[in-house]
Amino acid sequence: MANVTLRNVRKTYPGGFEAIKGVNVDVGDGQFCVLVGPSGCGKSTLLRMVAGLETVTGGEIDIGGRIVNQIEPADRDIAMVFQNYALYPHMSVFNNMAYGLRNRGMKEAEIKSRVDEAARVLELTSMLDRKPRQLSGGQRQRVAMGRAIVRQPKVFLFDEPLSNLDAKLRIAMRVEIRKLQRRLNTTSIYVTHDQLEAMTLADILVVMTGGQVEQVGNPLAIYEKPATTFVASFIGAPPMNLMATRPEEIRSQLAGSAAADAGILGIRPEDLVITDQTPDGGVALPLTVEAIERVGAETFIYGSREPEEQRVAATPGELPPGEIIVRVPGTEAPAIGAKIRVAALRNKLHLFSGDGRTRLEA
Amino acid sequence: MVEEEGFRRYIAHIILWIGIAIVAFPVYIAFIASTQDNALIANGQMSLLPGGHFFETYYQTIFVGTSGSTREPVGNMMLNSLVMALLIAVGKIAISIISAYAIVYFRFPFRMPIFWIIFITLMLPVEVRIYPTYKIVADLHMLDSYAGLALPLIASATATLLFRQFFMTVPDELLEASRIDGAGPLRFFWDTLLPLSRTNMAALFVILFILGWNQYLWPLLITTRDDMQTIQVGIRKMITTTDALTEWPIVMATAVLAMLPPVFVVVVMQKLFVRGLVETEK
Repeated sequence: MANVTLRNVRKTYPGGFEAIKGVNVDVGDGQFCVLVGPSGCGKSTLLRMVAGLETVTGGEIDIGGRIVNQIEPADRDIAMVFQNYALYPHMSVFNNMAYGLRNRGMKEAEIKSRVDEAARVLELTSMLDRKPRQLSGGQRQRVAMGRAIVRQPKVFLFDEPLSNLDAKLRIAMRVEIRKLQRRLNTTSIYVTHDQLEAMTLADILVVMTGGQVEQVGNPLAIYEKPATTFVASFIGAPPMNLMATRPEEIRSQLAGSAAADAGILGIRPEDLVITDQTPDGGVALPLTVEAIERVGAETFIYGSREPEEQRVAATPGELPPGEIIVRVPGTEAPAIGAKIRVAALRNKLHLFSGDGRTRLEA
Repeated sequence: MVEEEGFRRYIAHIILWIGIAIVAFPVYIAFIASTQDNALIANGQMSLLPGGHFFETYYQTIFVGTSGSTREPVGNMMLNSLVMALLIAVGKIAISIISAYAIVYFRFPFRMPIFWIIFITLMLPVEVRIYPTYKIVADLHMLDSYAGLALPLIASATATLLFRQFFMTVPDELLEASRIDGAGPLRFFWDTLLPLSRTNMAALFVILFILGWNQYLWPLLITTRDDMQTIQVGIRKMITTTDALTEWPIVMATAVLAMLPPVFVVVVMQKLFVRGLVETEK
């Protein structure tokens, strides 16, 4: 059992590329920390630095009160689950799990009891004699988990362990991992680019972009109060609608509060309702329906704002400028081309400075 | 595979049979000749059916040798060839897998220049560097020895390149998982890389064994004693006789015997060999 503390951790490659630009994270004993961010944000690099597979060029990594910057991966008391599982192809499932223990000189009887116990927990008992290639993706994933569990390490590290599985299995394994971690109560750091996985697994969520931490906190707190427009659009699906408050129609509705000076207004699709009224202090938007997605329990309406010239970009790569997503329950939806009016309550508005870097409280 | 219709398929089969005949007929002749009486062969009256001297000829070939030219029993020549071929095959595999491991997995100064030097030796087979190589082996007093026969042929760029290519396809995560599992460089090599290279090693062994077995020029140069003679050199010596009739049945029996070990190796290792060439088991 251990805390993991990263103090101003940096990674600069010999070429001068700065992959990690000073990260501070504190993961408490037994907590499940998820690093989430778009690809290339440095989350995997950071995890590999904790594992000892990448050198640390600045700052300190502290595992259980011991600074591990210069310590070999094997001596850090960590176990890692890789994206492609990295099982030894020529060893049986049993030997895959036992290998790390044998290298540490553990007695065979103890190894056997630990591996049997892990196999029982992961329902691998009948497969102990098989080779990895005779297993399905989900089973391989469980063997990789087993290899981590038998070591009884201070910290589990997961590097996108579910991204090679199909959607259904991914959800099942996600729940399994969470249950397992709760039961073993082992500090864990988990890397993913899937915000849903991040939300459902994390005790502490670390949102990263461009080698920096954008926001750290409880997942729901981050969902409710994203600190920047990046976090706002990254956490939550579909992403938050972001629009400039410059257009007079919005600015006038926000008049009278500090928020009137905000540069960017964000509203989550689930906070918009179709109504003809403008809630007190809230915002109403006239939309033209352009597309509709029915997914059963809910329906997403993609609308464009009028007039055309008021379309302003959200975060790059997200919604096309001016496009607004509205989430409504059930399958009821207006026809394509219909003019509708949607509104959000005052306390559902997210306001950011013009550069998107600062959240303003309304 | 495309199924051809009647007529065209017969043509294909006929061509294949002709090919087989061209390859197999000399082998058949060699075997037939080894069972015939020498006088008949010398007169050009050799029949195409086996003669009655099979046991007698092969006994003499293996345990006694020819009565003229080299008097070395072929059994001993085969032993020499076998030792040389095994030393070359095993030695080459051992040396090249270790050097490939160093080149792929370790960052040391002049890594790439060293790799290129190894690469360049591809252009310098024994035949090209024969004088300096001979000089070195002679200075080391390794003439007429197994070491002298095998050592100069062991250094090999091809096998190093092959293992390098293979190691580069092994996922990095395996090394990382090993590191986390507490396996050092030697452990990783021994426990993970070697077992994964098994099929590649088998394929190389077959190729290198045959290459070693068929060496002619080098053994001819550095062996002077008859009891260090390899079978390939021995055959040649048996044919050249100055004042007597070439003992063709014995020569042919030796040729047949010379074919057996490579055939044996190929047959035994065939499964692994084919897998090593086509399949990547990861």
